This record gives sequence, structure tokens and C-alpha cells, in this order.
Amino acid sequence: MSDSLDFEANSVKGSVKLVHVVGMHARPAVKLTKLAKRFKSQITLRVTGAADWIDAKSVAKVMAMRAARDSIIEVEAIGVDAKAAVAALVALIAEDFPDVAR
Amino acid sequence: MSDTVSIVIVSHSQDIAKGAADMVRQMVGDEVKVAFCGGNPDGGLGTNVPRILDAIEAVWSSKGVAILVDLGGAEINSEMAVEMLPPERRECVVVCNAPIVEGAVMAATEAAGGSSLEKVRAVAEELSAS
Repeated sequence: MSDSLDFEANSVKGSVKLVHVVGMHARPAVKLTKLAKRFKSQITLRVTGAADWIDAKSVAKVMAMRAARDSIIEVEAIGVDAKAAVAALVALIAEDFPDVAR
Repeated sequence: MSDTVSIVIVSHSQDIAKGAADMVRQMVGDEVKVAFCGGNPDGGLGTNVPRILDAIEAVWSSKGVAILVDLGGAEINSEMAVEMLPPERRECVVVCNAPIVEGAVMAATEAAGGSSLEKVRAVAEELSAS
């Protein structure tokens, strides 16, 4: 059970301004969720100040965030690849959800 | 990347079925196979069991197939089509209780990550629960 303590220690946080012109609508939500699913870590998001953190791998919940343009999105990841996960998601949002070749 | 769950869209209208499939391809990408069918053989509104079977076959995946439907007959005919599949395939196909467009996009997003059929269905049906 000591492993779980190590995972807790691997929590990584980041925050980024949502520059997308109409906020977190369907297409960005799909991109964000797909990217989040590539990581093993547990990843959560919230708009700064919101009470609840939501699962970044749940497209329904990410769409339901209804984050507006210029809001600050906080990203937190816990797990073996937490650092890479936060960096990737922050970059995706900061770069306005570019179309990337898979 | 291993195989993913495939999506079949069944509407009374060919245009709606095609439009929903287009949304999946554009928003989620082409790593998830999507088939659609709609309308009756005369070109009118309706759903048709053989066409649904063809759509399921067209995107068959060992991970399973999630079907999204619109109104009444689409669901009944989809269930009938599933019953007509060979027994070993039947349990790999589910009809989701979810709105057709939103359900298809969310199911495909989940499927793209390599999730199981049960998980894909649960994500699509999350929309009806709330």
C-alpha cells in the first residue's frame, strides 16, 4: 500500500488561459479528452474557482464545464506520467487546440 | 494501437444518419470506424433491418459495435438486427440509450481511447442519466 503514497507525491498541477474564441465547446472537448486518455495518470480539470474538479477523460463532463473564453483552466494529474500529462494538456489549451497528426 | 469499438448510426432519415456520421469523423477522427444507415428501400423515412445488418458488418470489430438510434422503430429494428447476427457476435453489439448525435460523438471519443464496449456504452448513456 506504500505505492499509493508515492502516487500522491506525483501530483502535478498546471494552469492555462483558455484562448479559444467560443470557449470549451464540443470540438475542443473531444480533442482534450482524447489527449488525456493517452496518459495513465488520473487527470482532473476545473475552471479556477469552481468547486468541483472533473475527470479530463470524460468527454461529457469536459463539455459540461462550459468554460468561457479567457477563463483559467487548472489541470491536475496524479500518476506515473503526471508531468507529461499536465504539460501536454496545458500546451493543447494554450495553443488553441491545433489539429495534430496522430 | 489496438482495434477500437465501432459505431453504427441508425436514423429514420438517411440525411440525419449521414450528418451524425460526418460529425463523428470530423470531431473525433477516423481511427474509429463509423457506419450509418437510414431511410427505407423506397427512399422514404424509415429503418430497415437488412441495412442495419449491413452497417454492422461493414464496421465489424472484435472489440464490439455500439449502435446509436433515433426514434422507436430504429431501436426495435436495431435490436432485431442484433438478434439476427450469429450467436457469437450478438453479445458484442449493443444498442445505446442515448441521443443520436451527442451519443455518437461521445461514444466515438471513448472508443478512440481503446475502451471496452461496456465503457463506450456507459459514456454514451451518461447523457441520458443527467
